[in-house]
Amino acid sequence: MNKFSWYEAKSVEDALEQVNSTLSDELYEPTQKASVFKSGGIDVFDWVKEGLLKPQKIINIRNIPGLDQISYDRKEGLHIGSNVTLAEIASNPEIKSQYLALHQAVNHAATPQLRNVSTLGGNIAQRNRCWYFRSADHDCFRKGGDRCFARHSETGENENHAILDNGTCVSVHASSIATALMAFNASVVIANAEGKQKTVQMDDFFVSAGEDIAMENILQAKEIITEIILPPPSKNTKSAYIKQVARESYDWSLADVAVVMEVSGNTCKSASIVLGAAAPVPYRSVEAQQAIESKTINSDNATAAAKAAMTKARPLSKNDYKVPLFVSTIKQTILEIA
Amino acid sequence: MENKDQDPESKPGKTISRRSFIRGAGLSTASSVLMTSNAFALEYKEPLVTGKEFGPDAITIKMKVNGITKSLSVEPRTTLASALRDHLELTGTKVVCDRGSCSACTVYLDGKPVNSCMMSAFDVGDKEITTIEGIAKNGELHPVQEAFIEHDASQCGYCTPGMVMSCVHLVDNNPNPNLEDVKNATRGNLCRCGTYPKVFKATLAAAKKTI
Ligand SMILES: Cc1cc2nc3c(=O)[nH]c(=O)nc-3n(C[C@H](O)[C@H](O)[C@H](O)COP(=O)(O)OP(=O)(O)OC[C@H]3O[C@@H](n4cnc5c(N)ncnc54)[C@H](O)[C@@H]3O)c2cc1C
Ligand code: FES
Ligand code: FES
Repeated sequence: MNKFSWYEAKSVEDALEQVNSTLSDELYEPTQKASVFKSGGIDVFDWVKEGLLKPQKIINIRNIPGLDQISYDRKEGLHIGSNVTLAEIASNPEIKSQYLALHQAVNHAATPQLRNVSTLGGNIAQRNRCWYFRSADHDCFRKGGDRCFARHSETGENENHAILDNGTCVSVHASSIATALMAFNASVVIANAEGKQKTVQMDDFFVSAGEDIAMENILQAKEIITEIILPPPSKNTKSAYIKQVARESYDWSLADVAVVMEVSGNTCKSASIVLGAAAPVPYRSVEAQQAIESKTINSDNATAAAKAAMTKARPLSKNDYKVPLFVSTIKQTILEIA
Repeated sequence: MENKDQDPESKPGKTISRRSFIRGAGLSTASSVLMTSNAFALEYKEPLVTGKEFGPDAITIKMKVNGITKSLSVEPRTTLASALRDHLELTGTKVVCDRGSCSACTVYLDGKPVNSCMMSAFDVGDKEITTIEGIAKNGELHPVQEAFIEHDASQCGYCTPGMVMSCVHLVDNNPNPNLEDVKNATRGNLCRCGTYPKVFKATLAAAKKTI
């Protein structure tokens, strides 16, 4: 690890004054003078240990007062401070009863140890886990290089990679929690150094690889996430989340699905269906949503919606297993709601 | 459904980021609070002193480990695992993957299991650390430790300290765990020797003894 200094931020304003870069900017075009945020630090230390992030200064935002609160109100919905840990979300009884898919997604993310440290802000801002991107020996597009190593049909180790929207970079987003957040139509509150604040829909927070190869989200250097807001559910809102992994202990997602529905009896009034580990950013399947809306929630209709979600899939050389895996996982998640 | 080998038509673009603006705007404030700190020159007080910059050189911090407050000289990049093993000679905590992926390095931070390899010693602040050395009390092994011996729940032993930390935390906080609870508590602890069945048995047996 390179040597860096440590700044203990006392407030959001203080942190914004100190910061001058983001993980995304530094990985694409490294400088020698980066001051970057660290909250739980799980992703930041990973990049520093790999030697790919060489910060001059780490700004610890973890202890800023006021960013670690969860509040739920039937009218206001759910507000989760950016420094709330995944463990705190997992053990919150109101989240379990009102936002079941989020509870399930958090419970299946990472390990008990990591959940005690990882924060929600850091989780949605973490970078993807493509092994070429994380390797100092592979100068890929996302690090300012001239190729995608994973895409190659013979040498590319692409079994965990994207099957949708994979025309540029074939990585999948690392946050399996964002799958559920997006399905709940969550929004991200971002404050900037001028003292302004903006609220961005989760769908607009993530940046597709085609739009900007250096970034996975819209965060600029002088910006900080302060909270994530989920709209209040109605009494007819139901949700479910399923994550598929390769082993019984913890693992990164191979395919995860979050479904949030407004139901009337056994009929779907409206649906929000998001796929994780499918594309470079969490993927809202408009096709699946349209296929199930106004329909009875049963096996045939769930299967039809699941298949509709895969019509645009273009698997790589080693990940065509993901197509049937998503079909069965989407179907199963929809049926959990019935 | 075939995907072509070749790279996309042109090199992907970088449009959103505005580095030049960032470069110009950010750096002046940073240097104004920089403090030069020689090793041992500065005490990192508890609770955390905010609005200050420390390092990059080593400074002396205080850390409460297994009930005893110790002074040690560490850099911001010193991981908690290294602070414990290399500075305080508490080598019971093992480092295996050094990336948060195996949990061999599990210690408690204010009673909660965390990966000591993935945090800075500076992250500890005034919180209390418990390591595997702090689990036995007054020369008496914890029931989980005894059960690990009785049930032969260790082979090469690399994962064992972390595994014990996870199981002790479960048993101390859940008086009546079932198999699923033990599996959930140890989901992060990877064992290359495959001792899981015996770890599960030992922990369930220890839980019965503690009620
Ligand atoms: C072995 C392993 C398995 C994992 N499995 C999963 C999984 O299954 N699902 C999943 O979703 N995640 C998983 N994770 C991710 C993990 O749980 C953390 O959420 C993640 O690494 C980052 O959280 P953090 O708080 O430590 O972020 P940090 O490392 O502190 O920060 C990450 C990034 O976010 C920026 N940042 C942090 N907070 C803010 C803020 N408030 N405003 C602006 N920028 C900010 C930082 O500058 C940095 O760029 C796993 C991680 C590991 C190591
Ligand atoms: S050594 Fe820390 S998690 Fe593996
Ligand atoms: S006993 Fe060998 S790794 Fe677990």
